[in-house]
Amino acid sequence: MASNPYFSLAVLFLAALGFGLAPLGLAWLWAKVYAPAKPNHIKNAIYECGLVSKGDAWIQFRSAYYLYAIIFLIFDVESVFLLPFAVAFTGLGAAACVAMLVFVLLLIEGLAWAWAKGALTWA
Amino acid sequence: MVDEGLKIELGKQGVFVTTIEELYNWGRRSSIWPMQFGLACCAIEMIATTMARYDLARFGAEVFRPSPRQADMMIISGTVTKKMAPQVVRLYNQMAEPKYVIAMGACAISGGPFKQGYNVLKGIDRYIPVDVHIPGCPPRPEALLQAFIKLQEKIDGQHLTGEGRPRFLDAAAQGEFPVPEQGAHDLEPSSNKGVWPLPVVIR
Repeated sequence: MASNPYFSLAVLFLAALGFGLAPLGLAWLWAKVYAPAKPNHIKNAIYECGLVSKGDAWIQFRSAYYLYAIIFLIFDVESVFLLPFAVAFTGLGAAACVAMLVFVLLLIEGLAWAWAKGALTWA
Repeated sequence: MVDEGLKIELGKQGVFVTTIEELYNWGRRSSIWPMQFGLACCAIEMIATTMARYDLARFGAEVFRPSPRQADMMIISGTVTKKMAPQVVRLYNQMAEPKYVIAMGACAISGGPFKQGYNVLKGIDRYIPVDVHIPGCPPRPEALLQAFIKLQEKIDGQHLTGEGRPRFLDAAAQGEFPVPEQGAHDLEPSSNKGVWPLPVVIR
């Protein structure tokens, strides 16, 4: 068993696991022995800056918001990549310019698609 | 318990003697995380205390937590209006044990200059147990540091077992502090009798 090439890895894995679990276990044991849990409905309520909590913490967001995410990505990613492109513009070769053009065209296509979808009008 | 003189003698020989209780209290008092929460002008002094000049970080208490779930201590820094009192009490309830309260300034202690006002709570200790009171209007950062040191001394003196052990180690002790509600004329109830027994008027 000790001759197995993975033996040292297994030992290290167990040590790492113990390193992580031992403090958690000790904390749990400490709480069991010394500190009694005293939950109540105010303490267990959802935290809302001290106001009376309303409803559930598990709120669903409409999946239709993906459009806003995509538009954000278009503008955000575009600006992030366009800045280094603009800075290095004078020293760029033709191939780099074409590659950048393709990238920008792809993003413009996305924008045109979102526009056609009506995502740019504030509803 | 180890005799104090014996401990010093052993320390000279390079032997460090301690108890679990001492280690536990040392860890707790050296990492009090206050709640990021200010009520009035005293909060400005509290902010000044955390900054470089007064440097609350020396006491391990610079980590102001924006959630009561992660905070150990609440600094009532300023006037508690009757509109705000239920929120303060609810936040105190939502903090995890062990929790401590410093009432900072005249308003938090008694209502201060606004004591006669119809809308000001006459001391936060009517609803929640306060560990350290600091007088002043507002107290200087040095006073808040003094309160901190007092609180650390208090934590150091707490015992894990026995009759006088603190609330969070005592299963029978009260864990919930009722949140007052806005009544027609005053907060209902106007005080928590378990925390603040009505003062006896001596004539």
